[in-house]
Amino acid sequence: MHVPDGFLDAPTSAATGVVAVAAVALSLRGARRELDDRTAPRAGLVATFVFAAQMINFPVGAGTSGHLMGGALAAVLVGPWTAVLCLSVVLVVQALLMADGGITALGTNITLIGIVTVAVGWAVFVLLRRVLPKRVSMVAPAAAVGALVSVPAAALVFTLLFSVGGNVSVDLGAVMTAMLGWHTAIGIGEALITGLVVGSVVATRPDLVHGARPLLEERELELRTGVGP
Amino acid sequence: MSTRRLFAVALVVSLLLAGVASYYASAHPDGLEYVAEQTGFSDAAEDSATADSPLADYQTSGVDDARVSGGLAGVIGVVVMLVLSTGLFWLVRRREPRDADADQRAQSEA
Repeated sequence: MHVPDGFLDAPTSAATGVVAVAAVALSLRGARRELDDRTAPRAGLVATFVFAAQMINFPVGAGTSGHLMGGALAAVLVGPWTAVLCLSVVLVVQALLMADGGITALGTNITLIGIVTVAVGWAVFVLLRRVLPKRVSMVAPAAAVGALVSVPAAALVFTLLFSVGGNVSVDLGAVMTAMLGWHTAIGIGEALITGLVVGSVVATRPDLVHGARPLLEERELELRTGVGP
Repeated sequence: MSTRRLFAVALVVSLLLAGVASYYASAHPDGLEYVAEQTGFSDAAEDSATADSPLADYQTSGVDDARVSGGLAGVIGVVVMLVLSTGLFWLVRRREPRDADADQRAQSEA
């Protein structure tokens, strides 16, 4: 999904650049609530893992591949504000060091992969956490569904950006259909990886999972009423 | 599992993914590249300004063996990511309230 230089025109790239800068500034403030002496190193590790996992392209049918985006994964593990920062660091390192994703497209890539996947993945996760049984075992499936939805959502936003500021005039309906189709398939991979990773951490140390915290607090309250007089 | 041990596992997994498994990753175009080819806008892609950097395209320039070249780039990337992101989050984090109190006391005593 890393957008190269040249796909979008300068005004659109500048606009997504402004969106990216604003979102990172907001996230720097918001992340203060999520980060302390114990969670800061954890967030660094999550960003590092997302970088490594993004190197693993998995095949999705006819000559196409996809890789983890990691927005939903990072949001559930370390919180949504910190997740935006995690993905932003990943995208900056990829663009500057690895030439993966364009430089003028950096704002676009932060918008799509850093903001849209985190916002959509986290929103779907929180919604599911509200309606599903209040059990810690529900965290990984909810994260997986958030991940599944987040990928086509980013593809949809790319298509909208391309319809506004694409440098080539092509059949936008065809672009939309193909982008949503392929990225729904990639979203299944995203969901599997996210479910597996979140599930592993929940199974070993649920207290380290940001998205599991409200459920753990409820569980503690239940235990206390159980031992009371 | 202790936090330290879990951290170690996550770091080792990251290093193995970037340093070893990445060699076996699919080389097919990703979803966006594929759609760009199919619908006719892939030619608009321009080379990045960093396309000549020593680690461009996850290959280490000057290293001929593809497995070593890619693995090395991945490992360097992981180390850079760990230092940069942990450093950023350490700066952004809120200081422990106990420390803040101690700082205040130290200031008022001074």
